[in-house]
Amino acid sequence: MKNPAGKLRRLQREEAVIRIIMRLATYTVIGVLGIIIFTILRRGLPSLSWEMIFRTPQGGFYFGKEGGILNAIAGSLYLATGATLLAFVTGYPVALFMNSTLRRHKRFVNGFRFILDLLWGIPSIVYGAFGFSVMIFFRVQASLLAGILVVAVFVLPIMIRAMDEGMKNSPAGLMEASLSLGMTPTGFSFRILSRQCLPGIVTAVLLSFGRAIGDAASVLFTTGFTDYIPRSLAEPAATLPLSIFFQLTSPIPEVRERAYAAASVLTFIILVISILARLSSAKLNHNAIKN
Amino acid sequence: MVFWIIFLLILPLGILCGLLFRSSAITGSHTFFQLITGTVWKPTQQEFGFLPFILSSLYVTLIALVFAGPLCLFSAIHICFYAKSMMLRVIQPVIDILAGIPSVVYGVWGILAIVPLVSRVAKHGFHTPSTGYTLLSGGIVLGVMIIPFVLNILIDLFRSVPKELHEASLSLGAGKWYTIKRVVLKKAMPGIISAMGLGLSRAFGETMAVLMVVGNVAQIPRGIFDPGYPLPALIANNYGEMMSIPQYDAALLFAALLLLILVIFFNFASRLLIMRYEKSSR
Repeated sequence: MKNPAGKLRRLQREEAVIRIIMRLATYTVIGVLGIIIFTILRRGLPSLSWEMIFRTPQGGFYFGKEGGILNAIAGSLYLATGATLLAFVTGYPVALFMNSTLRRHKRFVNGFRFILDLLWGIPSIVYGAFGFSVMIFFRVQASLLAGILVVAVFVLPIMIRAMDEGMKNSPAGLMEASLSLGMTPTGFSFRILSRQCLPGIVTAVLLSFGRAIGDAASVLFTTGFTDYIPRSLAEPAATLPLSIFFQLTSPIPEVRERAYAAASVLTFIILVISILARLSSAKLNHNAIKN
Repeated sequence: MVFWIIFLLILPLGILCGLLFRSSAITGSHTFFQLITGTVWKPTQQEFGFLPFILSSLYVTLIALVFAGPLCLFSAIHICFYAKSMMLRVIQPVIDILAGIPSVVYGVWGILAIVPLVSRVAKHGFHTPSTGYTLLSGGIVLGVMIIPFVLNILIDLFRSVPKELHEASLSLGAGKWYTIKRVVLKKAMPGIISAMGLGLSRAFGETMAVLMVVGNVAQIPRGIFDPGYPLPALIANNYGEMMSIPQYDAALLFAALLLLILVIFFNFASRLLIMRYEKSSR
């Protein structure tokens, strides 16, 4: 080494520069979130009114006349609730099964996790297009039920994987202790493991709900669009993301303003879900046994 | 329960086979090579060239990665090795909310903030008139969308690098930055590459946000200020109203098939890499 002191000084200078860049990067990430929420709310809130939230589109709505987006809000809530419920009913036992009875078969469970991650990564537009082509095959019309089914398949891997993530780190002795006391694996799953992993389960449900309500590509062809609140599962339904999308393409400024307002409604719903998820995982944690 | 497990196990294969079957009308009359290298898109005249869409998808995704990759890497190093532990508690909800914001909202933000910005930069900085609905806008919006995804993986990754490695290097007299550069980053390199790969595959399939800002012109883009037309946008814009034109339906499902294959390939490669890394670090 020719000049160790010089090299050291160069390294120190390099570190100082890199530290500034790194700090900037972190603040940029936080700042971007702030800017996004600020931009949406600043453009959306001025044109938001009670009429928009509590009325369905009236005549001439898409030319800037009166009415609201209640059809889309209700449609989105129905759709997300239905899909989340369906995914929960099917996914919850699967996640429990993976972490109780199947726990011994490590290779299988890990392989299954791999498949679930793969499914999680498949774009929602592929689910949407595939779902629609199946619907054409069976000659089914676009409806709320079709949308719920497609979205449920799309959030099912997310639901299972998110629950599983919370369950797989639960203490191994917990199951052995329960079984040695005469509990069945099923009893263990529903009474011990579920309680132990309650925060993870709630987070998984909220995460899936957020995905279901925000995704547009999977419902684009499958749920259709309507100005009315759906009264049965067989009717088409409007959804909030699509309502935003369609209004944005309008040449009329008032209609575009309403799209911004609708976007701030959707952002608000997502923020509430995130906060709920945070709060619940903090609150529900006291039931868990630590290892 | 067992039924649902089997259902999920065969679902990827099912979608793949379904798309293969449904797009067979077009793969029968054109060769695979013809389809992916063709540059002309005229469905009414049975000309289906997917090259403009494939290239647009690649460009948009690469731009996104150029923006998000270094940003996430620097930020993750900062959070894991330099910042106070408070920062981790601040960044976690930020990541959650960024990941939760629907793509349509990102699209609205792109139209309100990024599109005018890009248009102004193109006009004043590069003297090329542009509407702002360009590959660059799509790339930036997409970059922001994959930040939470990539950052989350990187933070987990850096936290899983064995402390002993760090300490051994420090005890030999290396400085903190030197240790991170030569030991931590080297150790975590496969993980970093696979995090980027996963970000790439996530970006590839993103539909609505990109569709809203990228311009949607079916031509081969020549620069970042040209509009593009990525594969997911092609499907979203045209599927549902293609009944009257023969083979159009099959062509769009072929686009979905291409998308699926590319995404699964990136996902598979990245996950294998990360699994190998996890095995070696144990």
